[in-house]
Amino acid sequence: MQANAIDPAGRVVLVGAGHAAGTAAALLRQYGWTGPITLLGAEARAPYQRPPLSKALLLGKLQPEELLLKPLDFYAQKQVGLRTGCRVLAIERAARHVQLAGGETVPYDHLVLATGARLRPLVVPGSDLAGVLSLRTVDDALALRGRMREGLRVAVVGGGYIGLEAAASARQLGAEVRVIEREPRLMARVASGELSEFVAGYARSRGVQVELGATVSAFGGEDGRLRSVQLADGRTFDCDLALVGIGVVAEQQLAQDAGLPCEDGVLVDEQAATSDPHVSAIGDCTRRPVALVGAAMRLESVHNAVEQAKQVAARLCGRPQPAAEAPWTWSDQFDLRLQVAGFVAPEDEAVLRGDPASGRFAIFRVSPQGVLRAVEAVNAPLDFAFARMAIGQRLRTPPARLRDPAVPLKEVAVA
Amino acid sequence: MPTIKFVEHNGTEHTVEVPEGTSAMQAAVNAGVPGIDGDCGGICACATCHVYVDEAWTAKTGGRGEQEESMLTFSPILEPSSRLCCQIQASRDLDGLVLRLPVGQH
Repeated sequence: MQANAIDPAGRVVLVGAGHAAGTAAALLRQYGWTGPITLLGAEARAPYQRPPLSKALLLGKLQPEELLLKPLDFYAQKQVGLRTGCRVLAIERAARHVQLAGGETVPYDHLVLATGARLRPLVVPGSDLAGVLSLRTVDDALALRGRMREGLRVAVVGGGYIGLEAAASARQLGAEVRVIEREPRLMARVASGELSEFVAGYARSRGVQVELGATVSAFGGEDGRLRSVQLADGRTFDCDLALVGIGVVAEQQLAQDAGLPCEDGVLVDEQAATSDPHVSAIGDCTRRPVALVGAAMRLESVHNAVEQAKQVAARLCGRPQPAAEAPWTWSDQFDLRLQVAGFVAPEDEAVLRGDPASGRFAIFRVSPQGVLRAVEAVNAPLDFAFARMAIGQRLRTPPARLRDPAVPLKEVAVA
Repeated sequence: MPTIKFVEHNGTEHTVEVPEGTSAMQAAVNAGVPGIDGDCGGICACATCHVYVDEAWTAKTGGRGEQEESMLTFSPILEPSSRLCCQIQASRDLDGLVLRLPVGQH
């Protein structure tokens, strides 16, 4: 065995038991890892998918058991140790073990950090009133679901994917919903101006109040219960429940304390390796190279979690790395399915295909060199599928052909 | 309970019991069948549950839905028998269904 080869009979410990960790553990076994694999999850649940929390679970269409990534007996069957409700306090890299609350140490030959992200708190007076909620876990979603009723006045603070999805779900459950967004437009961090505008218009048409350029200065309450939300511009809105969804920050404390380089995310390479050959990091907690943009980014998506899980499992098991793909994500809001691939860069030309008034359209982003770089598709899966393929292959897609409905997508790209 | 047989590209077979109404994708993922990813959780948004329906079963499984068709159109491994198996539900009619898997989902 070469000095730097990884022994597949070694002990892999994963800190975290979310989407990235759960996927990595399953792939390690699938790819032939024979040694012990242990998941140490802080939540009291086996790995599950989060996307339905703001959608199907909140709407009552799914139960928590249906969100599990694998059936509960999968872990014992595949001899993957799953320890839930288990908090890791420290990583001792020299000794190669992690320390749990209570003093127990868990040794590793290879450590995979998959600690995810934690919610960015909204620190204003009244944020600790009963009725000010957030959404990250199944328990959060169940608490929200339990309160939903016809006529409930809901203030959603944050107009990103999660806020908008939760707002749509609440509205469909009969709540009176107001989205309060600090930026001048919705989904400012991720979407083009054209998409922001469309989404705001659509939400309003479904009865959601949308306040843009609005900052929450305080929550008002009585007897410890939320009664209103106050904006910096002086306006006040009565509400029964507030959902704060203003983003997440990488959960990187363990890595930082252990001396691993971090920068709003644990720094990793294109194979999910950290600077320590015995430590990898995957999922929401990482900042990783994105070939498509030639820069390191922190990506918050299922696709990223799965891709990095594949990277680490392939590397540890000596398999070829997964082919590089354009990052993508989706968001379901009311009857809108948004599918986004690639990244919107300011210098790229926005090319519209289809008519927003029809509710089915796509905004493509083409670089100054004519290369397709991103797509935002609204109820347009064909456009999304085309773009995901074309972005990955860096195809040249002349704007005139993209915007012309008479040119089938199959014929848009040129050599 | 109906069964579905997944046949990997290398010929390895996995016969799985699947409750009626559960999708073939979910069954494959639950059983750890290599070669089916199901990244989006089965809502026809990712196209990583691509399978080829065995020719003996194509009539009974029927054709692709509109979204499914769109998501599959640009796949480099598209075949006439291609389906996204999150859109195929286990049933008594499909007891013994044979689905063949591509080399990879990406």
